Amino acid sequence: MALSGLDIYKLLPKTNCRECGFPTCLAFAMQLAKKAISIDKCPYLSQEAKKVLEASSQPPIKLVTVGVGDSRLEFGNETVMFRHEEKFFHPCGIGFIIEDNLSDSEISRKLERINKLKFERVGQKIEVNLVAVRQTNDGQRFVDAVQLVSSGTSLGLVLMSDEPEALKSALEITRTKRPLIYHATKNNLAAVAQVAKEFNLPLVVSGPDLDTLSNLTKELNSLGVAELVLETEKKNVADKIWDLTQIRRQALRKSNRALGYPVLVLVENSDPYEEAVEAATFIAKYASMLLMKGTESWQVLSLLTLRQNIYTDPQKPLQMEAKLYAIGQVTDKSPVLVTTNFSLSYYTVLGEVEASKIPAYIVSVDTEGMSVLTAWAAEKFTPDKITENLEKCEVAKAVSHKRLIIPGYVAVMSGDLEEKSGWQVTVGPKEAAGIPSFLKNLQ
Amino acid sequence: MELALEKWSGSVAEVSVGATKDEGGTRAKSIKIGGHKTLPLLFKESAIPNRPVVAFEVWDIAPTEWPEELIKSYGDKLKDPVAWADFCVKEYKAQVLCIKLQGSHPDFGNKTPDEEAKLIGKILKRVDVPLVILGSGDDSKDNLVLPAASEAAKGERALVGDAVQDNYKTLVAAVLADGHNIIAESPIDINIAKQLNILISDMGLSLERIVINPTIGALGYGLEYAYSIMERARLAALSGDKTVANPFVCFVGHEAWRAKEAKAKIAEFPSWGPEPERGIIWEVITAAALIQSGGDLLIMRHPKAVEKVNKYIDELFRDASQVSYKVSP
Repeated sequence: MALSGLDIYKLLPKTNCRECGFPTCLAFAMQLAKKAISIDKCPYLSQEAKKVLEASSQPPIKLVTVGVGDSRLEFGNETVMFRHEEKFFHPCGIGFIIEDNLSDSEISRKLERINKLKFERVGQKIEVNLVAVRQTNDGQRFVDAVQLVSSGTSLGLVLMSDEPEALKSALEITRTKRPLIYHATKNNLAAVAQVAKEFNLPLVVSGPDLDTLSNLTKELNSLGVAELVLETEKKNVADKIWDLTQIRRQALRKSNRALGYPVLVLVENSDPYEEAVEAATFIAKYASMLLMKGTESWQVLSLLTLRQNIYTDPQKPLQMEAKLYAIGQVTDKSPVLVTTNFSLSYYTVLGEVEASKIPAYIVSVDTEGMSVLTAWAAEKFTPDKITENLEKCEVAKAVSHKRLIIPGYVAVMSGDLEEKSGWQVTVGPKEAAGIPSFLKNLQ
Repeated sequence: MELALEKWSGSVAEVSVGATKDEGGTRAKSIKIGGHKTLPLLFKESAIPNRPVVAFEVWDIAPTEWPEELIKSYGDKLKDPVAWADFCVKEYKAQVLCIKLQGSHPDFGNKTPDEEAKLIGKILKRVDVPLVILGSGDDSKDNLVLPAASEAAKGERALVGDAVQDNYKTLVAAVLADGHNIIAESPIDINIAKQLNILISDMGLSLERIVINPTIGALGYGLEYAYSIMERARLAALSGDKTVANPFVCFVGHEAWRAKEAKAKIAEFPSWGPEPERGIIWEVITAAALIQSGGDLLIMRHPKAVEKVNKYIDELFRDASQVSYKVSP
């Protein structure tokens, strides 16, 4: 938890000796609070004060990494309870559990499905992140299944077993991929801690409730295992929301280090709708990673889309470069459509123009990432602005005509825009879905 | 370990929709929404007296632009609003119906206020669930149609909307005269929501009779804007700001079924999976996410999506009655 200047001042010697280069201890404290200077500049700091200050510079929720290279995933290090307060930083990792009692060919087929679960929305790739292998029977089968999965995917790995020996053998063959180990419990703590320490890998720790969990993390810390992921046992959805909310509040509001870790949630429901709706709940409410069973593309597409929404920076809407985009085999006769540079507006228009199979130009006007109506209301999408962008993008050089199509919602500006820009304005449909038939009728 | 609990000073207004015989109406039951003393679903923190409620959308004309998957679920019933309403209640156990008077719009049939009033009367006779009554969105026409519809439902404590910042007076007057509640719509803007609530209450309609429509976007289509506006408004309400302390109504079906992901044929996007499931899940996840941020009344379209969301609400509230509060309720 970040300390204020005054909090820090209380920990300083208050002698105003100036050796740090500042006229007073208070001035130095203010700089420390801004993280503009190092605490080493004060030669008279007590050991205790140093410890407090160093701890306060640690993030309240530890950053844990799984995977290496291009597959490296980061979890945790969140700073707020609500996305509008700043933003959520590290998107919830979404993965799937494969049980080792499936046959090799079933595993391969499932893995193939999982590997294909990637989509593109509003110019961003959205994809799944993790594959977990869960032991159901003897250790050797688990190791073989891990081998099979590991060689068949570049996604992050989670190894799920209660047997330290089986984990150890599976880690021998996967350690360089930096898998996540699942899991330490009250019953196997020392042995699994030993494995995590030996391989220097992140470890899930599971407990029935938050008290048990914080005792376990303290114990693991003292055994030298620092990269932890928390899990509370299976319980009903509302109780899980409570746990996840408490864990985040404990870390952020109470500076409770024992619960300052990313959180894993398992969602296993044989009804694909119910599984998705539970998963959606935890994506919204603080899960750092989520492992589920179902791999239906419609389930996963909806969850990846929700994650994209929740983890979008509220201060910076996704936006496009404001410029002239040529869609398809355009000629100097192709129609010109105007929209904003809000990614959602642009990609919605783009999708429909592509669907129409009629080559066209799209001018995305710089509205600072606002949508058509919002930008119009905020005077960022005005005849002046549009005219300015038409000139900047040299649209007149790309086409030989002077006809412009504007969104139906801003029909009121047509006259004004014609006057300002010198282009002849046609009012397009209100909804992008109307674009294909609109363009066809235009021909 | 000491729990991290918030001690909220404010609470969300509790709005009752529908009036029973004892309450001067003819509904079999009334429903309550809002009344929360903490953030959504934090049962152990403080009182959450009412569940989110799902309402089925019923139109006065057969919708022409609904995707096939929706049309299939209702078939011929779409042509007869009274039969459609009845079907939702009997077949799908609808708790609330949302009657949208789309056909009064000058571009969609231009039905007269008198026709719409008669329709509301017939629906009230046929079904006994509480009603939400919506205009067509054409301000000047709504100002004729909604007072007539409101009068036809006099005493039934319906929820009528939408009042907007530059068109609320006529509707507020009608709602006041006929004993209803009102939907106050603001364009994902907390300040306009407050402003409008104040304007409405200044006319004499108490804050306990206002439901906020924060104008949501569907999953993937701006959902996060409404999500955060709702969270911010709810935090303000719980911190004591009475001017945004109202339940939220979310037009989930209307938004979700406009999404490309809900409508596109599998041939167009094979990697997205089959379309009945895709459309239904789009509506379900939109609803589930908004329940997390405080949605109280969800207006939905697909019967299977409604079924799944109702089941989800049951799951969320399964043990709610046995909860003992860590702080005083």
